Amino acid sequence: MVMVPKIKVNIDGKTIEVDKGKTILQAANSIGIRIPTLCHDPRLDPFAACRVCMVEVERGKSNTLITSCNTEAADGMVIRTDSEKVLKTRKMVLELILSDHPRDCMTCERCGSCKLQDYAYQYGVRESRFFEKPDGGIIEDENPVIQHDTSKCILCGRCVRICAEVQQDYAIDFKNRGFETETGTPFGKPRRDTTCVLCGQCVSTCPVGSLVEKQAVGMGREWEFKEVKTTCAYCGVGCTMYLNVKGNRVVKVTSKTGSIPNDGNLCVKGRFGFDFIHHPDRLKQPLIKKNGKFEEATWDEALGLVAAKLSEIKAKYGPDYIGVMSSSRCTNEENYLAMKFARATIGTNNVDQCART
Amino acid sequence: MSFGSGAMTNSISEIKDCKLIFLIGGNPTEAHPIVGLEMKKALRKGCTFIVADPRKIWFAQHAKLYLPVKPGADNWLLNAMAHVIIAEGLENKEFIKTRTEGYEELREFVKDITPEKASEFTGIPAEDIRQAARLYATSEKSAIYYTLGITEHTCGTDNVRTIANLALLTGHIGKPSTGVNPIRGQNNVQGATDVCIPNKMPGYQDVTDNAVMEKFEKAWGVKLSRTPGATAPTMFERMSKNQFKALYVIGEDPVLSEPNQDYTIKGIKNLEFLVVQDIFMSETAKCADVVLPAASFAEKDGTFTNTERRVQRVRKAINPVGNSKPDWQITSELSTRMGYKMDYPSPKEVYDEIASLAPIFAGINYARIESNGIQWPCPDTKHPGTKFLHEGKFPRGLGKFFVLPYRAPAESPDKEYPLLLTTGRTLYHYNAGTMTRRSVGIIHKTNDCFVEVHEADAKELGIFDGETVKISSRRGSITARAEVSDKVKKGIIWIPMHFAESAVNKLTKDAYDNITQTAEYKVCGAKIEKI
Repeated sequence: MVMVPKIKVNIDGKTIEVDKGKTILQAANSIGIRIPTLCHDPRLDPFAACRVCMVEVERGKSNTLITSCNTEAADGMVIRTDSEKVLKTRKMVLELILSDHPRDCMTCERCGSCKLQDYAYQYGVRESRFFEKPDGGIIEDENPVIQHDTSKCILCGRCVRICAEVQQDYAIDFKNRGFETETGTPFGKPRRDTTCVLCGQCVSTCPVGSLVEKQAVGMGREWEFKEVKTTCAYCGVGCTMYLNVKGNRVVKVTSKTGSIPNDGNLCVKGRFGFDFIHHPDRLKQPLIKKNGKFEEATWDEALGLVAAKLSEIKAKYGPDYIGVMSSSRCTNEENYLAMKFARATIGTNNVDQCART
Repeated sequence: MSFGSGAMTNSISEIKDCKLIFLIGGNPTEAHPIVGLEMKKALRKGCTFIVADPRKIWFAQHAKLYLPVKPGADNWLLNAMAHVIIAEGLENKEFIKTRTEGYEELREFVKDITPEKASEFTGIPAEDIRQAARLYATSEKSAIYYTLGITEHTCGTDNVRTIANLALLTGHIGKPSTGVNPIRGQNNVQGATDVCIPNKMPGYQDVTDNAVMEKFEKAWGVKLSRTPGATAPTMFERMSKNQFKALYVIGEDPVLSEPNQDYTIKGIKNLEFLVVQDIFMSETAKCADVVLPAASFAEKDGTFTNTERRVQRVRKAINPVGNSKPDWQITSELSTRMGYKMDYPSPKEVYDEIASLAPIFAGINYARIESNGIQWPCPDTKHPGTKFLHEGKFPRGLGKFFVLPYRAPAESPDKEYPLLLTTGRTLYHYNAGTMTRRSVGIIHKTNDCFVEVHEADAKELGIFDGETVKISSRRGSITARAEVSDKVKKGIIWIPMHFAESAVNKLTKDAYDNITQTAEYKVCGAKIEKI
């Protein structure tokens, strides 16, 4: 292992030791000091676009305001994250961002998990001295999973960067200049006709309500959802994800950075391939075939029939004429019980699944 | 086998630090997208990629070296790489001496397998094979990643061992970001193999080992058979010969997933009794006498084991839909009715039983995997789990070199069926498509079967991009939309496996690997006709 040299910095009066190469933001986070950020996502390279992570650094006689997300902590640095100058600057930065942002939190899907809303609340920013009517609106796109509202975009570039840096699909980018700047697909083409793979990574990183899960629109407020941590049921990578539940319904799937093994990343199947759960084709009642046609039955009738038939065949031909085929889609516990059922209940080692394929 | 156990030797988190990745027979950006992202991270950090695949996949386009290998000819490529490594003195002599056996035999065998000869069979220029061998051998951290492009052949096991030879020759194993890594296909392939195979008790304990069987007999209170059971292909073979009477299928759709669909259906029709337990009316369920409605993963507790051997929690988010029940509960109730009592209060107690009987899981329980999951082997509750395998020592002691000559696929293209058909997965769909084809976002991108054809072949056949064509093999025919490009090599066609109405397993051959009985989905002869 290569030993990383340590440096000493002073943050808000506390002197700490951190690995050389860490940013001021990382150094502060390591001792539990939270600096607000909008354009920062640990999965991405620092970008310093939103400017809310400003901190004050002592530089000789005069102090300097710098962005903490992209500034490397240097040995002997003295940093203030909560000075009056810092708080005043942050407030103004928030006012500038809000100047071009709709104030319709009451109907916004992100209400309750929006970072801009949180910071406006935290810093008491009710009005903006610079208020203009925001441009843009919801982009019309046939895709059923991603809704993109450019009026809410704060141009933090997280969607653009996650698409380029992490996915390397380059499906969305900034367009136009100045006040007209917005994010979107090349020439405003529908997502289906671009390199977009509908992974929804842009949705996962958007700090505001600009990019949201279209299927969850109108399905409930953030605080009504119960988040259930689970493991994705598609491929063998085993991504950690969260089922957002309201009532007895999975409304959307979300992820969190830092989770193992996927660090908050999900693919199109994991994030948007959940609607099979509530599909009308789901089998809801045991079925018994009578004269070539399936008829609904109770569990008692169905299990009674299966038990009787398997016992009869076992008695007539012996256990090795019966087989159990389990599935690599089922849990370990279910595979174990299928195996135990074959071996202990039936009395045969004829038990397998499709795992070899 | 070569090392003595079969699983990924490294962890997903190690991928980003690889200095060289040799990707063969795998398309992670589509089949394992998040592993794909980790590899893209490595790419961004300057990792060198060598990609061997008959299709020009995403990583092929970004690789330092792309080797368009003919399906079924991987053996030639790998043995020729071993030839170059030895001929140019790039082998790790210290590692070979202390950690391996059988080197002399391999050296003797690969002497004649020159890149020039391999080039004839693989279609790869000899110089590229040399270059691949040099890059792989000399990089500081080389890792090999492979998936079903290597294993779904009659010579699948041979292929895996030939890959292992390269790692043993160069010592690229048993270190972080350096190893041999199969990426498992389905969410719980690893876990299902760990606990549910015909010749092993959970945790890879032999059914022929008396001590093992006595331990289980004592725990379960029942006498157990010591005869290894039938694998799925053997069960179907016995069904076709009318030597099998009943089958209990849980969450599987063999009619759509086993090769040679006609043969599978005929076998199933010979059964006296078929019970299928699933969340949808699958093709197999349609043939059943009784269908039991199961709960989906969102409706139950349990664990899955991922491709890096990590046992992770699945948690119940909603109540079972309709009158369905979780599989564990159905199997338990059925067993109790048949006179063998299973009364587990929850899956947690089932896992505790697994841990108590299988030493490699002994240290794993629900409390310990609450936040992150643990990678087996984990022999006791103090053990942190195992990030990468084979540090210092292999389970079988010394790593073994295997001498494995080329074996031709069971069926190759000929006059009547001149194209080589190979199969795989797309990003948007998953296996038989029962789940993904019921998701609106996913069918928005792709919802019909297609066949990838090389431009030159398309020109000869007079077919156009987007045209619906008929594809046939000796076993049947399907229709699909032609996608004409230079993604596949000339003479090869590729069809995804997800579409029941154009089930590609009507075409593939029911020929199997001699050891694992994995079916040869990756090579058969086919032809395309205009409709």
